Amino acid sequence: MSEILIKNGHVFDVVSGVKGDAKDIAIKDGKIVDKVSSKAKTIDASGKTVMAGALDIHAHVAGPKVNLGRWFRPEDKWYRGQMRGGIVKETSRMEQGFSIPSVFRTGYCYGRMGYTFVMEAAMPPLYARHVHEEIHDTPIIDEAALPVFGNNWFVMEYLKEKDIQKTAAYIAWLMRVTKGYGIKVVNPGGTEAWGWGLNCLGINDEVPYFDITPAEITTGLIEANEYLGLPHSVHIHPNSLGDPGNNPVTIDTMKLAAKYKPNNKFGREQVLHMTHLQFHSYGGSGWGDFCSASKEIMDYVNKHKEITFDTGNVTLDETTTMTADGPFEHHLCALNHLKWCNVDVELETGSGVVPFIYSPNVFPCAVQWATGLELALLAKDPMRTMITTDHPNAGPFTRYPRVFKWLMSKKTRDEQMAAFKNSGKVADATILNELDREITLYELSQMTRAAPAKALGLSSTRGGLATGMDADVAIYDIDPTKMPTDPETIEKVFLNASYLLKNGEIVISDGQIVFENPKKMTFWVNAKAPENKQVNRDIREKFLRYYTVTQANYEVPDSYAPHPFVIETEANV
Amino acid sequence: MTKVVTDVVCPFCGTLCDDLAITVSDDGKQIIDCQNACAIGAEKFLHTSAGHGRITRPRKRQPDGSYKEITYDEAIEYTAQMLAKAKKTLWYGWASTSCEAMAVGHKVAEKAGTMVDNCATVCHGSSLLAIQDVGVPSCTLGEVKNRADRVVFWGCNPAHAHPRHMSRYSIFPRGFFTTKGHKGRKIIVVDCRYTDTAKCADEFIQIDQSYDYEVLDAFRTVARGHDIPDVVGGVPKEKIIKAVETLKEGRFGVIFFGMGLTHTLGRNHNIDIAINLTRDLNDFTKFSIVAMRGHWNVTGSGQVLSWQYGFPYCVDLTRRTHARYQPGDTSSVDLLRRKEVDACICIASDIGAHFPIEATRHMAQIPSVCIDPHINLTTEISDVHIPVALVGVEVAGCAYRMDNVPMACRKVVDPPEGMLTDEELLEKVYVRLCEIMGDS
Amino acid sequence: MKTVTITMKNVPDLYLEGDMITPDQFAGKTNEEIAALRTYEGRETYCLGDNFEISGDAVGATPAETKIIVKGDCTKVKYIGMNMTAGEVVVEGSCDMYTGGWMKGGKLHVKGNVDSFSGLGMEGGEFTVDGNAGNFIGASYRGDWRGMQGGVLRVKGNVGSDIGTFMNGGTLIVEGNADVHIGTHAEGGTIIIKGNANRRIGGQMVKGTIYVYGDITYMMPGFQYTKDVELEVDGDKAVFAEYIGDLGERHSKSKGQVVYGKIYRKK
Repeated sequence: MSEILIKNGHVFDVVSGVKGDAKDIAIKDGKIVDKVSSKAKTIDASGKTVMAGALDIHAHVAGPKVNLGRWFRPEDKWYRGQMRGGIVKETSRMEQGFSIPSVFRTGYCYGRMGYTFVMEAAMPPLYARHVHEEIHDTPIIDEAALPVFGNNWFVMEYLKEKDIQKTAAYIAWLMRVTKGYGIKVVNPGGTEAWGWGLNCLGINDEVPYFDITPAEITTGLIEANEYLGLPHSVHIHPNSLGDPGNNPVTIDTMKLAAKYKPNNKFGREQVLHMTHLQFHSYGGSGWGDFCSASKEIMDYVNKHKEITFDTGNVTLDETTTMTADGPFEHHLCALNHLKWCNVDVELETGSGVVPFIYSPNVFPCAVQWATGLELALLAKDPMRTMITTDHPNAGPFTRYPRVFKWLMSKKTRDEQMAAFKNSGKVADATILNELDREITLYELSQMTRAAPAKALGLSSTRGGLATGMDADVAIYDIDPTKMPTDPETIEKVFLNASYLLKNGEIVISDGQIVFENPKKMTFWVNAKAPENKQVNRDIREKFLRYYTVTQANYEVPDSYAPHPFVIETEANV
Repeated sequence: MTKVVTDVVCPFCGTLCDDLAITVSDDGKQIIDCQNACAIGAEKFLHTSAGHGRITRPRKRQPDGSYKEITYDEAIEYTAQMLAKAKKTLWYGWASTSCEAMAVGHKVAEKAGTMVDNCATVCHGSSLLAIQDVGVPSCTLGEVKNRADRVVFWGCNPAHAHPRHMSRYSIFPRGFFTTKGHKGRKIIVVDCRYTDTAKCADEFIQIDQSYDYEVLDAFRTVARGHDIPDVVGGVPKEKIIKAVETLKEGRFGVIFFGMGLTHTLGRNHNIDIAINLTRDLNDFTKFSIVAMRGHWNVTGSGQVLSWQYGFPYCVDLTRRTHARYQPGDTSSVDLLRRKEVDACICIASDIGAHFPIEATRHMAQIPSVCIDPHINLTTEISDVHIPVALVGVEVAGCAYRMDNVPMACRKVVDPPEGMLTDEELLEKVYVRLCEIMGDS
Repeated sequence: MKTVTITMKNVPDLYLEGDMITPDQFAGKTNEEIAALRTYEGRETYCLGDNFEISGDAVGATPAETKIIVKGDCTKVKYIGMNMTAGEVVVEGSCDMYTGGWMKGGKLHVKGNVDSFSGLGMEGGEFTVDGNAGNFIGASYRGDWRGMQGGVLRVKGNVGSDIGTFMNGGTLIVEGNADVHIGTHAEGGTIIIKGNANRRIGGQMVKGTIYVYGDITYMMPGFQYTKDVELEVDGDKAVFAEYIGDLGERHSKSKGQVVYGKIYRKK
C-alpha cells in the first residue's frame, strides 16, 4: 500500500526523544515505520519543522450549545462592514464564522494548523446524538466527546451513599449509550443548583436537595474513574469560574486529588485534569483589585504530579463564551448586558452562551490575557501543560498560533503589554513582565502533542513519531536552526502547515488542502464494569418517571458514529 | 402474527412523542394500529396503509395542465437541469424530512448556489430573530416536568396544536420535584380568545389582539417596581400586578409561546420582550421560555443549517464562497413576492398551503419541483412532483424536538416498492448536477 | 471633485448586487476599469459595464475627490453606497435594499425611494432620501447590538417599521410618518419623527432620544410623563412633553442619577 518518506526535516518528538535533529520519517499503511521501499513518495522537509499531528484536549466544537452559539450570532459571520471568515474558497464546502466556525471550517482550520485530534469538552448526555451528528459532518479531524457528570442526578444520589461501584456502573452505561470518552465535571453541584437559580461557589457548598457537596462529587468521580481504569482522568472545570479571588477554590479542588493514584493501562499519570486554568487563577476581591494568582496556582501544580492542566489563554478577540456552567453565564450577562442563552438539561446538566469582547482597553481582560500566559511560562513540566483557549471561551482556536507566538517571544508579550490602555495597572496586577522564559519548539511539541496524548491515554499511538504510531504528521515552514525568527513568522507558519498527513494520507500539500475527506474517526470508551442490577433498575425507573424520552430512544445508534475507534477498558475490581 | 414496534417517535409535531406503539401486519407492509399517539399523530401512521391514492412515481405537468407519470431518472434529470440553469433557485421546506436528508440536500444546494429556507420562515422564524437579538434562557421539557410550578402559555393553544404537550411535559405530569402534578402548578394563559388550553388555567388573561408587546412591557415595568397605566392592551393594571406576583413567587417557571406572538404585529419583538421578561424574572426566581415549534423537524433544519452555515434559516448560498442571511431579503416569501428567484424546489413542506397568494403565484410561474410523499397544494402547481418515502414511518432518520433534543426516528413499515427516500433522491440529483456543472 | 455618471442600460432579470458602486471602489480607476468591476445577479457574476453605461470624467484619485451620479431605473439594484467612507453618490431615481449600509463617511443622496435595510449599521456621513424608505432603516444587522452609530440619515418621506433598532448614536430624521417599532433597544442616538408615529416607540430603550411631532397611536406603558420642556429640534422651536423609559428595561447610573431613554412629544 501507500508509502511516504518525509526527508530531512527537523523533527521534534518527545516519544522518540528527537529534539530538532534532521531526520527522515517513513510511513507505510498509515503507520510510522523504520523504513520504506524506494518506491515511496518523498516529501522534502529540509529546513522545515516536523511534528506529530497535534491534539486539542479541550475545545467546544460540536453539540447543542456550540450550535446555539453559531446561529444566535449572525453578526459573527457576514456583514458589519467586512466578512469575518471564509473569503477564499479553497475547499468544496463553505467556511463560515469567526468565533464559532461551522463544522467545515472547524475541520479545515484545525487541519491547517496541524491538528488531527480534538476533544469536544462537554457533551450533555441527552444531546449526545446532536454532538455525534456534528462530529460526523466535521472533516479531517478525529474527535471524541466528554459527557458531563458533575451535576447528574444518578451520580449525586450514588455518591451521597458513597457507592463507587454503582457510580462506576452508571458511568460505564452512560459512556456506552452516548459513545463518550471520559468524565467531564463542570461546576460540580453548581449547575444543578442553577436549576433553582442558585450556585455552588465553594467546594463545600451543599447542593440543594441532594445533600452532597462539590468536593464529594469530585472525589467520588475520581475514585470511579480509577476504578474503571479509564484512559483519561476526571476532567474538571472547578467551581467559581471567572470570579476575582477564586484561586483558593481552585487549590482546594486540586487538593482533593492528592490522595489518589492513577490506575490504568494507558500510561496516564494524572488523576485530575484542570481545564482552562486561567479562568480559575485570580486574586483580588473584586474587579477593582483584580489580579493574577498564577504563581500560587503554579506553585501547587508544579509540586503535584497527579495534576495536569490546560491554559485557556485569552486572545483579546470578540468571541462567544459557552459552558455547562449555567450560573456563570447568567452572571456574565449581568456584567456585559449582551444576549444570554441558557439551556438546562433534565437530570443531567445545563449550559449558557454569551458573546464577550476581550478588549485590550478593559483592565480585567488584559489581566486575564497575562494570567493565561503566566501559567504556561511558570509550568516546570511541559508534559503536564497543554495550550488551549477553551475555544471559543477565551478566544477562537484559530488563535492558537498567536498564543504560541506570545509564549515563544518575550518581545511580542512586552509589546502587547505596553499596548494595553491600562498597561501600568495591568503590569502591577500580573507578573508577566518578570517572566523571561520563551517556550522552545521542543516544549511546544510537548504541550500540543505528547502531553495531551498522554493525558488522554492515547500516547501509544498519538502525539509522537516513533515507529508503530499513527502516521499523523504536520510539517511547518520554520527552520529551527535559524531561531530566533521573526515572531510574526511563528504565527503565520503555525496557522497554515506546509504539509499535513493524517493516517498516512496527504491532506495538506504545499500549504493547500488537497484531500478534504481523509478517514476520520470518533473515539469512544467502552468501559466494562461489573453488572449491577440495582443500577439497571434505577436507570429504568428514572426513564419511566423523570426523563421525557424513553430509555430505548436515549441511546446513540451506531449509525451516528459510523467510523468508531472503540477503546475497551476493564474495571480494577 | 402481527408485531408491535415500540418506542416509535411521532413524526407529526414538534412535541416528538417517542412512546408510540405501532402494530404492523406480519408481512411488515401494513400498519394496523397505533397506540399512545394523539389523533393527528395516529392519522399520520394509519393513513399510509389506507390506500389514500398514494402516488408512487414522479409526475410531470403537461402543457394542458394534466400530469403524466415519469421515471425517477427523468425527474432527477429535470431537477438537476433546472438547478444548473437558474440564476437563483429558492429551495424551501425541509420540516418533514430527516437531518440526514437535509445534509445531502445542502450539498446539492451549495453546489448549485441556491437559497435554502425552511418553514420557520412562516412560523417561528421571528422567534429565531428574537433569540439572535437577546438570547434565550431555556430548558429541556423534562426540566418543566420535574421542576415547574409556574407555567404560562402565551399566544399558543397546545390543546389543539400540540395535543400531548400538556400531559407529557407542561401541565399534568408528576416529576421529581413536582409530585403533585397539576395541583402543584399555577397555570396562566394569555390570549386574545378563550381557548381550550385556557380551560386548564388558574388565570386567564384576555388581551386585545396585537397588544402583546405592550402588555409584556407592562409586566416588565411592574416587575421592576414601577407604575403602569390603569389598563394596558385591554388588561386592567390589578390583573397584571397579580400575575407578576404569581410568577415571582414560583420556584421554577416557564413561558411557552406560539403563533400568537410570532405572527401578530411586531413579530420578533413580541418574543424579544417575552424573553426579556423571562430574563428579568431570573433575578427573582428561576425562569425559562420555550417556543412551541410546529412541524416535527423544523427545529432540525435550523440545527443542520446552523452547523453547516451558521444561520438557522433564510440562508443565501448564491455567492458560493460564503453564506449570507437577512430575513426580509433572503426569506422565501420576500424572494417570491419580489420575483427575485427564477426557479423553486419545495421539499417536505407546502408553499401553496402556507404562503401569501402573491408569493405562491410567482412560484407557479417559474420552473418548479415539489418533493413530497403526498399530493398537496404545492404539488398541484409544480412542474414536477417527486413522491418519496415517508420519513419517520417508512424511513428512519434524525429529528429535533421543540427543545432541540434530537431523536432517532424509527422505520415502521417498508415504503411502496421502488420508491426512493429523500436522501437517495437527493444523492442522485447531486451526482447528476456534478456531471452537468463540472467543477464550476 | 471629479464626477462619473453611470446609467442603467440593461435592467437585470432578478436583482443586481451593486456594492461596488461607491467612491471607494471607483477612485483611481479609468472608466474601463470601472466597467470591469464585478457585480452579482443571483449566483452569476457580471461586470458593472454589462448593466451600466459609464461616462464622465475619469474619477478622482481618492474616494474624497470622487462623485458618482447614478441614473436610470435602479429599483433592482441593492447595496449602492455600502461601506462608503468618503466622496459623494447621487442616485437620480430610486434604488433597492441596503443602500448606504455600514456607511462610514461622505454624502449619499437618493432622489427617489430606498427599500429596507438602508443605512443599516451606519457609522458616519450624510445620507438623504428624498422619497420613502422601507423597514429597518438605521437598524442593526441581525443579532448585532451595534446599530446605527453615527452620521445623519434623513428621509423626507415616510418610513416602514423597525427603524433605529439597537441604535447607539447618530441622528435619524423622518420628515413623514413612521410605522411600528421605533428605536427599539436603542442605547443612544437621536430619532426625529416629524409626522405621525405608530405604536411601540422606544420599547426596551436603554438610552437615547426620540422626538415625535405628530400623533402617537399608543404610548408604551413603560414610559412615564415627567414635565414639559421647550426645545429646538432640527431648527424647529417648540414645547414638548417629556417621557422617560422604558421603565421595564435596565438602566445605568451616571453621577448617581439613573439615565433613561427619552421620548419628547410635541404639544
